[in-house]
Amino acid sequence: MELLDASLLGWSRAQFAMTAMYHWLFVPLTLGLGIVMAIMETLYLKTGKEEWKKATKFWMTLFGVNFAIGVATGIILEFEFGTNWSNYSWFVGDIFGAPLAIEGIMAFFMEATFISIMFFGWNKVGKKFHLASTWLTITGATLSALWILVANAWMQYPVGMEFNPDMTRNEMIDFWSLLLSPVAINKFLHTVFSGWVMGALFVIGVSGWFLLRKREIDFAIRSMKVGAIFGLVATILIIYTGDGSAYHVAQKQPMKLAVMEGLYKGQTNADLLAFGILNPDKKAYNDSVEPFLFKLPVPVSGMLSFLGYRDFNAFVPGINDIIDGGYKITDKEGKVTTAKSFAEKQTSGKAAIKALSDYQKSMSAKDTVAAAGYKKILKENYAQFGYGYLENPEQLIPNVPMVFYAFHVMVGLGMYFLALFVIVLFFVYRKSIEKQKWLLWISLLTIPLGYLAGELGWAVAEVGRQPWAIQDVLPVQAAISNISSGSVQLTFYMFLILFTALLVAEVRIMLNQIKKGPESH
Amino acid sequence: MITYSFLQHYWWFIISLLGGILTFLLFVQGGQSMIFSLSKTEDERRIIVNVLGRKWEYTFTTLVTFGGAFFASFPLFYSTSFGGAYWVWMAILFCFTLQAVSYEFQTKPGNVFGKTTYRTLLFLNGLLGTILLGAAIATFFTGSDFVVNKSNITTMTQPVISSWGNSWHGLEALLNLRNWMLGFAVFFLARTLASLYFINRLKNEVLESRSRKFVLYNALPFLVFFLTFVIWTLLSEGFAVDPVTKVVSLEKFKYFTNLIEMPLILIFFLLGVVAVLWGILGTLFMNKYKKGIWFSGIGTIVTVCCLLLIAGYNNTSFYPSSTDLQSSLTIFNSSSSNFTLKAMSWVSLLIPFVLAYIFYAWRSMEKKPTDLEDINNDHHAY
Ligand code: HDD
Ligand code: HEM
Ligand code: HEM
Repeated sequence: MELLDASLLGWSRAQFAMTAMYHWLFVPLTLGLGIVMAIMETLYLKTGKEEWKKATKFWMTLFGVNFAIGVATGIILEFEFGTNWSNYSWFVGDIFGAPLAIEGIMAFFMEATFISIMFFGWNKVGKKFHLASTWLTITGATLSALWILVANAWMQYPVGMEFNPDMTRNEMIDFWSLLLSPVAINKFLHTVFSGWVMGALFVIGVSGWFLLRKREIDFAIRSMKVGAIFGLVATILIIYTGDGSAYHVAQKQPMKLAVMEGLYKGQTNADLLAFGILNPDKKAYNDSVEPFLFKLPVPVSGMLSFLGYRDFNAFVPGINDIIDGGYKITDKEGKVTTAKSFAEKQTSGKAAIKALSDYQKSMSAKDTVAAAGYKKILKENYAQFGYGYLENPEQLIPNVPMVFYAFHVMVGLGMYFLALFVIVLFFVYRKSIEKQKWLLWISLLTIPLGYLAGELGWAVAEVGRQPWAIQDVLPVQAAISNISSGSVQLTFYMFLILFTALLVAEVRIMLNQIKKGPESH
Repeated sequence: MITYSFLQHYWWFIISLLGGILTFLLFVQGGQSMIFSLSKTEDERRIIVNVLGRKWEYTFTTLVTFGGAFFASFPLFYSTSFGGAYWVWMAILFCFTLQAVSYEFQTKPGNVFGKTTYRTLLFLNGLLGTILLGAAIATFFTGSDFVVNKSNITTMTQPVISSWGNSWHGLEALLNLRNWMLGFAVFFLARTLASLYFINRLKNEVLESRSRKFVLYNALPFLVFFLTFVIWTLLSEGFAVDPVTKVVSLEKFKYFTNLIEMPLILIFFLLGVVAVLWGILGTLFMNKYKKGIWFSGIGTIVTVCCLLLIAGYNNTSFYPSSTDLQSSLTIFNSSSSNFTLKAMSWVSLLIPFVLAYIFYAWRSMEKKPTDLEDINNDHHAY
């Protein structure tokens, strides 16, 4: 039997992260461009203008190329829960499997069916039916995002479940609280809007290129207009829901928030950083080294407190506070309690794990009285179950620089996109957008930044929740499969090479299709 | 009264049905494995690629849904089999990834690797995807090398519940001849179905008459491999579960007994086989007959569904461990909770609607058979 070593954990995480990040290179454009082309086709039906049809078909071709590779990366992700996180799949499969199944039944088939009408049905079905198919395709895509994000939100904030010691697993007791969890709803909105922003950036960037080349002027200006309005709306929504994300993180994953802001010592009236440079000499959370070489807070004081607790004077616990405990927290019912330290949670977690073991032993010995006693201990300590697997408080701290920079760059980019869409829209309305060469260049060059913002967002969410696969209940090292780290390493490289090869092909095809322009469609 | 046991049986039925539908839809893979042999000219190849290309998403999506539904309803299978038989599943996934882009990319300018490469990838998906899936499903009858111990979760150094007994991680299934039999049966069935599909879909005399020959070439080996697998399985020992003590033991003629004890399944199984044969023989003996795919297709769904039902119903272990019998998975010990199965059952009511709109969409898209002209007129053709 292979030993579960640290390198297996590392490779399993790397493999999942790599596949997910590849998947996320394609999904946002699907979500965003899908809406753009559906809007354009609607305009075509409303106005009867062939120009809109031409534009729709152009964006649709790009959509198709991008879609195929999104699907290719998605299937790997789904099965990786089984192949690489097998313990996880059993421990929470009763809850986590359902959204994945519903996603297949409800969303993927919708997409698969109507996408073929959308692509091949132009001359075969009526105009209205075709338009409906386009909308249904993008609805299917958005629904698939919904279900997978419900699943992901649940990992960050597990609700609606109960541990069953006889089965050694968590079981669902309330489906609606899973689906309607505020974290899930907010996550769904923020993520889908990020796809919309991506789609809009793509549209104005590509249209900008046509204008720079002085080609397809009519088409490009039309697209610019749709892209800029859509982008502006999406960016406002993303900032609004981004604020919601930060609020939920503060409430449910205070360690993630502390790491996002590089906050070691908690503060009341805490400031939000607009910019900062971390001190690379800071080695341990409890040494006396200053965490920052340089920092610049946003001008409004107490902004972080407000973001996290909707109160400028609220106390925001830092990394050290979360490890040492002892500060006051308000729980779900509004009761004020004192936060437990890592050591207390660890003790409690170990007690829970031991009680589970004792419970199962006494059940097999048919000693129901003793079993009932252990079950009670287990129940009292279950909320900290996962802490029992951790050995030292350092394990509780995610990678600070990664999360800190990722968060700040994402937010910075969000503000920048807002400005960009406003300016583009201004010139679109002045009817002089084609003359603003500098702006067209900026629009074109911003496309990669859209991808960057999205990937960074996921880095914040996923790296920031380490060491938890399921917050407080299951750390990643207890979630894995029992395979050799060499096997995972090999599949990691296999998929890395394959996806990279496909990505290169995809990008070149996209560039070729764009160069051909809408005339040929 | 909807009991827990009823729900477990219901979900095993859904899984079996999805398995049947998936096997039928593997005709896309079967067709891909004939890209280079059925067609002689570029135009012919293009036709084949395009008629398959309008269906590939269904096979792919069914595979994804099959996985998702299995996860939701029998999570212990998901974790034990995928995490254990790692290499088999990874190989299967790998060849399906190859497929997903190959249609869309192959004729697009700038695709880097060239048309033939993408078609070769489709060919590989057709060849390996079918054989490996068949072999993986055969282990439902032949058993695998794993141990499940839930109390491992309380050990700090080795908290993993399911572990595989050897470092081949699933590839050892290929050492078992019976697994190969099902693998080849699925492969040749997929090719037979593909030939029937072409006969039905295409307006091209050359391809049609060649497809008729291909029906014969592929149906014969299919029958040989399929019958070998079925007879071998019915005659061999099966993994029986004692209904009271839940102890798993090897029982002679278990799967045969299951068929006899569940006559309804026996009848459907036989009807399914007859339908498959009807489709094939009708096509072989009647020159104008084009509906073979409907009979053989529906027959495939029914037959495979029944085959999977006898692996799970009547106190049988559907995912047996040959090394540690008591670790074997049954529909009772590997399923989700009563609550989850019930919630999922509500969702399963959507399935008829899904089937209905798929059917409607196909009908509205395929009023008449496809020919080269159709494809040339389609701006999105591959
Ligand atoms: C175009 C992309 C994009 C842009 C401009 C922004 N975000 Fe974002 N963000 C995402 C794309 C994204 C994402 C990829 O969609 C994430 C990853 C996980 C998630 O829920 O959404 C995300 C996650 C995410 C998280 C972590 C959520 C979690 O851990 O569950 C926070 C706190 C924010 N965002 C906050 C913001 C704020 C305050 C923004 C202000 C401008 C912002 N984001 C702009
Ligand atoms: C497509 C967008 C996503 C991206 C780009 C992404 C990114 C990442 C990254 C960077 C990691 C590595 C974290 C680390 O090891 O430090 C990770 C891990 C992980 N993510 Fe995601 N993620 C995405 C979506 C999801 C979703 C929707 C789920 C669940 C439904 C999920 C589940 C996981 C799991 C199980 C791991 C492995 C365990 C771990 O290392 O935490 N991810 N992801
Ligand atoms: C942020 C998280 C995710 C979102 C928003 C998302 C959304 C989507 C969308 C829109 C598609 C349509 C195809 C395309 O990409 O263009 C898709 C495909 C797919 N996604 Fe994801 N996904 C996410 C993460 C995941 C994860 C973690 C899994 C694994 C469980 C997954 C599984 C799949 C599968 C299997 C497909 C292909 C299905 C098909 O259309 O046949 N996705 N996803």
